[in-house]
Amino acid sequence: MKVSVKYFAGIREAIGASGESVETSAITLGLLRDQLIAQGGAYAESLARGNAVRMALNQVMSDETVALMAGAEVAFFPPVTGG
Amino acid sequence: MGILPTTPRVFIQTADFDLSTEVSILRDQNAGVGAVCSFVGTVRDRTAGLAGSISSMELEHYPGMTEKSIEVMIDAAHQRFDILGARVIHRVGLLQPLDQIVLVAVTSAHRGESFQACEFLMDYLKTQAPFWKKEQTPEGARWVDARVSDDAALAKWGLLCSNTDA
Repeated sequence: MKVSVKYFAGIREAIGASGESVETSAITLGLLRDQLIAQGGAYAESLARGNAVRMALNQVMSDETVALMAGAEVAFFPPVTGG
Repeated sequence: MGILPTTPRVFIQTADFDLSTEVSILRDQNAGVGAVCSFVGTVRDRTAGLAGSISSMELEHYPGMTEKSIEVMIDAAHQRFDILGARVIHRVGLLQPLDQIVLVAVTSAHRGESFQACEFLMDYLKTQAPFWKKEQTPEGARWVDARVSDDAALAKWGLLCSNTDA
C-alpha cells in the first residue's frame, strides 16, 4: 500500500524533503519507522531509536503501536516547541 | 464530539495581533462574561540569560494538524472548565525579539475558571501542538530543545505527556 509521509523541522532538514509517498507493508507506525531507518543515511540518523521522535497519523498525535492503513498521512517530527 | 464553534477560535498567521481587538472579539458584547484572562507569549533575545544571544526566530508548523490539535484543546478546556469562550492565535514565520508569538484568551463568568483554562491551554499547546522554533544565534541557527518542565506542567492537569521522551 501507499502512504504519504511528512517530515518537519530538524528531521525535514536532515532528510532533505518535506514529504514523500512511501510504498509499505508496515502495519504500524513503528514498523514504518523501521522501514525508513533501514534505508540508511539521513533516515537512519534522524529517525534512529533513542532519538526523541514524535509521530502523527492523519494529523493526530500517535505512537508506534498505532495501526497504519492505505492512504494514511503519517508525519515524523522532533518534540514540539511552540508557545 | 467537540463543541461546535460559532466563530473561528484558532488562527495560525504570520501577521501580528492586537490584544485589545482580540479580547473585544472574544467578549462579543456578551454581558454574561465576568472575566477575561489572556496570556501573550513574546520573543526573548536570549537563552541562558545571555542578552542578545538570539537575533531572530523562525516558527515552523504542520498546516492542518496544528489548527485541529488546538481546536481539540479548546474543546477539552470547555469540558474541564466552566468557560464561555476561548481564542488562540499563534504566529509562524520569521519573528524578532520583542515580537508577540502567541495569544491565549479565555472568558468565563468568574475569574477562577478563565485563569485555570488559560494556563491549561498554554500547557497543552506547549507540548501537543505541532510547532517548532529555530533560533538564530551568533554560532548559527539551532532548533530549540523541548523542555521536560513543559511535560511536567501538563502532567499537573492529570494529562500524560511524553513530548521529550526518546
